[in-house]
Amino acid sequence: MNRALRQQQIRVAYLFMLPGLIFFLTFQIYPLIKAFQISLYRWEIMPGQASQFLGLANYLRAFQDPIFWLAMRNTALYTLVTVPGQMVLAMVVALALNRLVWGRVFFRTVYYLPVITSWVVVSLLFKFLFNSQAGLINFVLKDLLHLTPNYIPWLQNPGTALIAIMTLGIWKGIGWSMVIFLAALQGIPVELHEAAAIDGASRWQRFWYVTLPIMRPTLVFVLVMLTIGGFNVFIPVYLITGGEPMHRTETILTYMYNEAFNFLDFGYGAALSYLLAAIIFVLSFLQIRFLRRPVEF
Amino acid sequence: MVLNKRQQFVEIVFLYLALGAGAVVMAIPLIYMVSTALKGQVYVFEIPPRFIPREPTLANFIEAWQSNNFSLYFRNSAVVAVTATLVSVLCSAMLAYAFARFQFPGKAPIFYMLLFTLMIPGLMLIIPQFLLAKTLGLRNSLSGLVFVYVAMTIPLNTFLLRGFFEQLPRELEEAVLIDGGGYGTIFFRIILPLSQPALATVSIFTFLFAWDEFTWALTAIDVEAKRTLPVAIATFHGAHLTQWGLVFAASLIAMIPIVLLYASLQRYFISGLTTGALKG
Repeated sequence: MNRALRQQQIRVAYLFMLPGLIFFLTFQIYPLIKAFQISLYRWEIMPGQASQFLGLANYLRAFQDPIFWLAMRNTALYTLVTVPGQMVLAMVVALALNRLVWGRVFFRTVYYLPVITSWVVVSLLFKFLFNSQAGLINFVLKDLLHLTPNYIPWLQNPGTALIAIMTLGIWKGIGWSMVIFLAALQGIPVELHEAAAIDGASRWQRFWYVTLPIMRPTLVFVLVMLTIGGFNVFIPVYLITGGEPMHRTETILTYMYNEAFNFLDFGYGAALSYLLAAIIFVLSFLQIRFLRRPVEF
Repeated sequence: MVLNKRQQFVEIVFLYLALGAGAVVMAIPLIYMVSTALKGQVYVFEIPPRFIPREPTLANFIEAWQSNNFSLYFRNSAVVAVTATLVSVLCSAMLAYAFARFQFPGKAPIFYMLLFTLMIPGLMLIIPQFLLAKTLGLRNSLSGLVFVYVAMTIPLNTFLLRGFFEQLPRELEEAVLIDGGGYGTIFFRIILPLSQPALATVSIFTFLFAWDEFTWALTAIDVEAKRTLPVAIATFHGAHLTQWGLVFAASLIAMIPIVLLYASLQRYFISGLTTGALKG
């Protein structure tokens, strides 16, 4: 390729990138850098007041803050419960759907509906379902199945409130993983299963030694995405408990949001964001590094 | 696999029963929401709860739409989601075209920067975005929402579209160049028309994101007249704590475009999810 043509191509490429890059750099990359700067200050939001440089004090403050650790614990718990919960149930549904000849689209739609429903709507819906007096869940548990003698005040009690929020997380997410698993299952060559069956492998053995290893990249992808999503849990907690009672159901992002926008402590909020991003980054890296091995046929 | 007819039949029946039971559990919350929206306030907390409301009424829908400004919020949401989708998809397609067809200095770093932002929590940037919106005078304006939604959806859209563009045959493009056409012609007359399925997929996901986005809209907008539906529904719930029928009627109104979109373009929802995952 001659030089003039090359120069022209470079110009054309930059021109094509220009509009997108302006949005991306202004509203993603600049904020990313700015957030780090803010996290090093006692950031004053009022114009005219000088922000005070604190160095890493906001980060150290987090490590000594019991509410941060509580939020950390709740966020980790939410992820540890909802990620395997979604993946296992989604896998069961996908395996079952994969065997169907008739009605696959119908079932897929039903399981997928919660995925396309907005977080705001389903959060309010679960707040209603887990209502302490006349909620549907309490009715089913007490009046229908007689599993509890009294109505449970789900959302007033930190432990049970987290159960409600985690139930929502699993219910809403199953369809997403299921669709991905189903597509991966349909891509597995039938010959592999037939060969394994001829060799006398039981159904369970075929799932364990044929299906799962082939699906490994898909499983790792879903695991990484769901873990990121789990650590980012915000809307359901914000709308269902708001972190109450006494910060007991706080997660990292609800705590960050409250510190920033209710107490206007932007510096601390930004530090919390960066800590969360660091955790997510390390976890994703470890998951990809240790779980993603190439498949060999 | 050697199963006799009887075993197979039993297994299929069992599969349908199990899947059916699961589907009922999955659907009950949404069905209950619809039935609550159709109930008058006196029946909302009735024990035992009824899935088929007695005296079903559309009063909640009418009240939400007429007396609570929901038509305005619906319009705001529509304006924001449609604009954000058009701008984001066009910008992403142009970016993706540059990545798929040209060699230029900085290509790899810019691409990795886009990929990197896919991993960071969206909410992480909300503090600086808020300050930026204040500086630029974008608070309490729908364009402030659009700009941030465009920026947040560009990385994934670009990544997906680049993958698609790279698989398009290049012969047509070379023919255009020989005929004296420019790169703009190639992009608008060849690349975009050939990429309709991919464009549909990213458009749907961008629209869905912008239509449902809550936290940025909550933070950037203070004035009632500029609210979008998710914020309006949440504030509405805060103001009418026990009027669940009204809240769910408003929620269902907000869900109509999404359900219509899903019903008509289902295959793009599915293909969008699986392209990223199966390659990944």
